[in-house]
Amino acid sequence: MANLASDFVGIKSPNPFWLASAPPTDKEYNVRRAFEAGWGGVVWKTLGAEGPPIVNVNGPRYGAIYGADRRLLGLNNIELITDRELQQNLKEIKAVKRDYPDRAVVVSIMVPCEEEAWKAILPAVEETGADGVELNFGCPHGMAERGMGSAVGQVPEYIEMVTRWVKQYSRLPCIVKLTPNVTSILPPAMAAARGGADAVSLINTVKSITNVDLDHFSPFPMIDGKGSHGGYCGPAVKPIALNMVAEIARQEETRGLPISGIGGVTTWRDAAEFMALGAGNVQVCTAAMTYGFKIVQEMISGLSQYLDEKDMEMSDLIGRAVPNFVEWQHLNLNHVTKAVIDQDACIQCGRCYAACEDTSHQAIAMSDDRVFTVKEEECVACNLCVDVCPVEDCITMRTLEAGEMDLRTGLRVSAEHGDWTTHPNNPAARQAAE
Amino acid sequence: MTNTPLSAGIVAGRLAPAELQQNFADLHPPLDDHEALVAADRCYFCHDAPCITACPTDIDIPLFIRQIATGTPEAAAKTIFDQNILGGMCARVCPTETLCEEACVREIAEGKPVEIGQLQRYATDRLMTRGEHPFSRANPTGKRVAVVGAGPAGLACAHRLAMKGHDVVIFDARAKPGGLNEFGIAAYKSVDGFAEQEVDWLLKIGGITVETGKALGNGLTLEGLSGEYDAVFLGIGLGGVNALGLEGEDRDGVEDAVSFIADLRQASDLAALPVGRDVVVIGGGMTAVDAAVQSKLLGALNVSLVYRRGRDRMNASAYEQDLAASKGVRIITNARPVAVHGNGAVREVEFEYVTDDQKPTGEGFRLPADQLFKAIGQTLEGEALPELEGRKIRVTGAGRTSLPNVWAGGDCAAGGDDLTVTAVAEGRDAAEDIHAGLMG
Repeated sequence: MANLASDFVGIKSPNPFWLASAPPTDKEYNVRRAFEAGWGGVVWKTLGAEGPPIVNVNGPRYGAIYGADRRLLGLNNIELITDRELQQNLKEIKAVKRDYPDRAVVVSIMVPCEEEAWKAILPAVEETGADGVELNFGCPHGMAERGMGSAVGQVPEYIEMVTRWVKQYSRLPCIVKLTPNVTSILPPAMAAARGGADAVSLINTVKSITNVDLDHFSPFPMIDGKGSHGGYCGPAVKPIALNMVAEIARQEETRGLPISGIGGVTTWRDAAEFMALGAGNVQVCTAAMTYGFKIVQEMISGLSQYLDEKDMEMSDLIGRAVPNFVEWQHLNLNHVTKAVIDQDACIQCGRCYAACEDTSHQAIAMSDDRVFTVKEEECVACNLCVDVCPVEDCITMRTLEAGEMDLRTGLRVSAEHGDWTTHPNNPAARQAAE
Repeated sequence: MTNTPLSAGIVAGRLAPAELQQNFADLHPPLDDHEALVAADRCYFCHDAPCITACPTDIDIPLFIRQIATGTPEAAAKTIFDQNILGGMCARVCPTETLCEEACVREIAEGKPVEIGQLQRYATDRLMTRGEHPFSRANPTGKRVAVVGAGPAGLACAHRLAMKGHDVVIFDARAKPGGLNEFGIAAYKSVDGFAEQEVDWLLKIGGITVETGKALGNGLTLEGLSGEYDAVFLGIGLGGVNALGLEGEDRDGVEDAVSFIADLRQASDLAALPVGRDVVVIGGGMTAVDAAVQSKLLGALNVSLVYRRGRDRMNASAYEQDLAASKGVRIITNARPVAVHGNGAVREVEFEYVTDDQKPTGEGFRLPADQLFKAIGQTLEGEALPELEGRKIRVTGAGRTSLPNVWAGGDCAAGGDDLTVTAVAEGRDAAEDIHAGLMG
């Protein structure tokens, strides 16, 4: 069985699966249950400054998006940071860390953008024996209106400034949690690096309205007839998160900055994908909120089996896909594929036909007796038929051999790499050649 | 209670009322909202869906399931009723396992089709229990059409004609409309007086008059109707029952399965309905299965269903055969009756085993029987009918007979399976053709 022991910026945990700062990590009771279930670490739900705690709404806090069979695909949350007393949280953190010394306990913090506020809270956190701090510059709802959370994460200068204070007043590893509610994730990540952050974690939730109550005409969750935007998370945001993680992992300015991957991690496979795109570990919330803490057992067994089957160490996996994440202009235009339908696997639903005929390239033929075949002379290899087919691997993409005729273009497939940078239709390429 | 399943002869009250009630409860309890959503989620919304092709009434099944999935079962019901005004009954009695659900791609994929019949019932029940009738009549045309037979074909025809603005009179021989929906379907498939409610609901379209106790040869002649009305539709079903042609067939206890089924459907107290201890049913269709299963459910001790060919040739679907077996009916195949023995009343039925091509094998057996149900097919009855094809009325196109302005559909017409849903399709299509003829 593969060794899943993780060392993330000096924070050790028996596996790379942490629970993200969120409702599941708000209390000692929950965190103990999480550790008993096998989670490698937790990021304790965000602490605020000493004083009267913030308050939460007393109506619904979540909205949801469903797939078939009411499978939860996305969750939208308007809960704020912890609404419990700071000292209570600190006491519980200390007790948990004492009882679970091998697990990672990182404490999420969100206090006003004032040096004194950070200077005050950091020693208290450090005193609990926690392994690190995570700066919540991400939450897009409620706290942002008060100049915290994503209000900080959207201004690189603030990120850098606060990160510097944290590094100045604490010896603990500092992870800066980034908001995706920006046009580019790179400036905030670079700011964190400049401020001395040991790592970034991303993504926090995406500003969202999940649905509208069509009887009361209010966004949901609806509180007394009104709704507010929330933070979107769960499997639905995974593609956004993967892209942002990978951007940080590959760009020269941020390459090498450790990343804790967050956003819709639901299975071991999701975790492996984040790690392949550069995440050193992953944080999970919605999946646990949907299925309970036990899912970590599948994540552990799945990742372990995968690594064994690939004969890889976890360190071999981390970042392995990053060199293959390139800009569009570097994709090989001489790589030609065609859809192939496995007639034995086909259940004749005709969805490939409807998709291709109505919305794509009319490259699938349908016979009177419902046999569906690909017209290679029309197929542009868009993959839509594969995506809409309900049977896995029924439709696959066949790569044409070099020298083989592409019936659509009437050209033979070239063995050479040829991309947009050298394509004759590219004005820039033409200029360069002249 | 004095009788038990062991009591000899044809007696009532073999089971306690509570057990009878349980036995004749809804065979497939309706889906609740959650079950309906789960079932609807499984539909792939196929292109040019095979289930539609398999439905004799061409209901747009993927559309109505999507309407259920998106929380509008009333719209789903409208989609169903557009094609099949008796969609509520068809949802209960269609052999979906050989129609839409057999064609469902998830049957190919997983051997578990989308529960189309149950979803159809969910949608149609929803709209019907609201008491709304979703159609209204076109402006009156002044044309009058006579429909003979208030079964599925006649009702579907009458409804479509009324929608088009024609005035319709339906005649039926029985005291109640509904035809086989009311008199010929196993009780556990249509509980709580559904057939009657459905007719009442259908008639809300308006413009339809029902006259019961009248049939061709009983107060009506085809010639008279043709003279009085602008068009005539015959949906008279098959009123006769085939005989075994055996010695001893006239003994007491030898009955037609269709009469037994009708009596059972109309019984107000199942505990008062007599049934034999040893029941033998001869036949291999739905009528045979319905009679056999219901005999068992009434408390018969031994029920045997005997069919002259193999199981694969039975008109009753595999699902119906399994249902019979699960209720304790013994199915014997490749056996032909040769004699009904007894002294006044039937005591035993003698059979011989035959090969698949009906050659005697020389082997035989006797089954004790105090009640023998004949279910070997029904026949068309009546005189001065349009020309026949074989033993049914010959039709061309949408139910046109050899006589001008006379259409026919349902079981009495040649072609098509003898199914409720087929009768509905034929009645509906004839109505469209009649309408085109009258207005053309």
